[in-house]
Amino acid sequence: MNGYIPILVLGAIAFAFAVFSVAISGLTGPKRYNRARLDSYECGIEPTPQPVGGGRFPVKYFITAMLFIVFDIEIIFLFPYAVAFDSLGLFGMVEMMLFILAIFVVYAYVWRRGGLEWD
Amino acid sequence: MILLAEFESPKVEYATISPLLIVVGAAILGVLVEAFVPRAWRYPVQVGVAALGLLIALADTVRVGLALDTLDAGLLARGSLAVENSMVVDGPTVFLWGTLLVMSLISVLLFAERRLEGGLTSFAGQAAALPGTDAEREASTRGIEHTEVFPLLLFAVTGMLLFPASNDLLLMFVALEVLSLPLYLLCGLARRRRLLSQEAAMKYFLLGAFSSAFFLYGVALIYGFAGSFELADIDAAVSASSGANAYLLGGIGLMAVGLLFKVGAAPFHAWTPDVYQGAPTAVTAFMAACTKIAAFGALMRVFYVAFGGASWDWRPLMWVVAILTMVVGSVIAITQTDVKRMLAYSSIAHAGFVLVGFAGVYAGTGDVVGVTSVSSVLFYLAAYGFSTIGAFAIITLVRDAGGETTALSRWAGLGREAPVLAGTFAFFLLAFAGIPLTSGFIGKWAVFAAAWAGGAWPLVVVAVVMSAVAAFFYVRVIVAMFFSDPVDIKPAVAVPSILTTGVITVTALATVALGVVPGPVLDLAQQAGAFVR
Repeated sequence: MNGYIPILVLGAIAFAFAVFSVAISGLTGPKRYNRARLDSYECGIEPTPQPVGGGRFPVKYFITAMLFIVFDIEIIFLFPYAVAFDSLGLFGMVEMMLFILAIFVVYAYVWRRGGLEWD
Repeated sequence: MILLAEFESPKVEYATISPLLIVVGAAILGVLVEAFVPRAWRYPVQVGVAALGLLIALADTVRVGLALDTLDAGLLARGSLAVENSMVVDGPTVFLWGTLLVMSLISVLLFAERRLEGGLTSFAGQAAALPGTDAEREASTRGIEHTEVFPLLLFAVTGMLLFPASNDLLLMFVALEVLSLPLYLLCGLARRRRLLSQEAAMKYFLLGAFSSAFFLYGVALIYGFAGSFELADIDAAVSASSGANAYLLGGIGLMAVGLLFKVGAAPFHAWTPDVYQGAPTAVTAFMAACTKIAAFGALMRVFYVAFGGASWDWRPLMWVVAILTMVVGSVIAITQTDVKRMLAYSSIAHAGFVLVGFAGVYAGTGDVVGVTSVSSVLFYLAAYGFSTIGAFAIITLVRDAGGETTALSRWAGLGREAPVLAGTFAFFLLAFAGIPLTSGFIGKWAVFAAAWAGGAWPLVVVAVVMSAVAAFFYVRVIVAMFFSDPVDIKPAVAVPSILTTGVITVTALATVALGVVPGPVLDLAQQAGAFVR
């Protein structure tokens, strides 16, 4: 049980810091509200307008997020491979190249279909 | 501290698993075609890639099947483990691969049919366009097509080939997802009745994800019990344990939920009618035939190989599920007024009949040459697959201004309108009912014989009674088609291109052939022998 005490302490510190940050910014921060401040927060970019009358909903953010996740997962598989690079030898090299190629094909499809264009 | 020197590059038997690699290669090629081939050329190139890929994979499966090593002459087990014991290529695997590839090849022809929709496939022009909007109309008038359906089909086939061939529960879960995800998409791509189709896709996705979670939780419990994902290790742990183990029983139960969902067995059948009705009919045909084949293959492998030692624990469960499935499928089908829904309930009933065979005697020994569960189920799946694809292909042809006419009342008098078509449909229905001289009779006889030999005679009695009930609603459709007066607004029977005509001809001939001379295929199924562990 003693081994877990540092983790518990770390968790308590993280929790305290989160509560402290929220509380202190509410107490000391300036309160100058304008329209932009009240909008929903989307990575600092102008928020996407909502469709009027139930038209087509823009899925730009969705596609970007999905493409990012695919890269994320690719990296997750590449890291352990990089650690075991020497012991896996040529086999690992070829298999990893095939894996990267398969993902590259997906990106070629997305690129040709205009998935990388913002507008 | 991890010792890096412990890592060794795994051995991959490329020559043994090549049919799988060919199909996935063709699928990736299909994605590239979609990206770089001009729009006008995509359709012929995609159909060519899909058909050729499946054909080469089929030829390769024959090569793999002929090269299987004999392991155990007594149990007629042939084959070997591959890819560091995570896959197994044995007799049943090769038989299932061959059946799956033939069925998907036929499905590609149905997918490619273009004459019925005036030069376009029966898939949505632009799936992202909302139904009833200008964007949809524009996509329709510009003649845009989603040729992505062919790579999607190939990806689904990849998962189906991997599903019954995996010897490792984690790989089996990956295969389950690989086969399911493209199917969810395909279900929502109908050109007509798009809301119904999208609803079907949504229901299938939500319930499918739910059942996958059950399966995965079951896998986790089994890992907790056995300490391994490999089926042979689990078998060893089952044999070594004494008494009931909560992890084992819980794992068996949860994995059964996941697998029986894919099979469409009661009480996990609720998605089947809605999805079969809403999905584009070509997809329904593909799904009904191929998903069942793959899922039953995986079900048999997991329960016979990994849980064989605990069969006293899961057999009662399978008995109850089999009886419930047959009764629910056959009885509720009677009240259906839609042809596609009726065939969906009929497919549930058929899943019940296959489960009867599944509950029978696992595999005969060398000197007792009888029908075993494995061979009877394999034969039944092949026979049922052909008839199902044929029946759904005929449904695509009975149309009116709004697309396919699936209301049973509108089919009245179809026998006078199009005697050959109605006759062929009647023939498929008789095959479903299990009338002699059709493949359905031999299939039913085989699973009943296997169940009887395994001492499951109460199941056989229920199955025979339910066959009679099922025959009632099949015959009712035949009576409506031939012996009742046509309704005022008669549906037109469309003239298809050579593709659908070919599909119906081939499946009808296969249904006759498997009924009259079942010997060769029955022998093949018999020679598939036992599962290698």
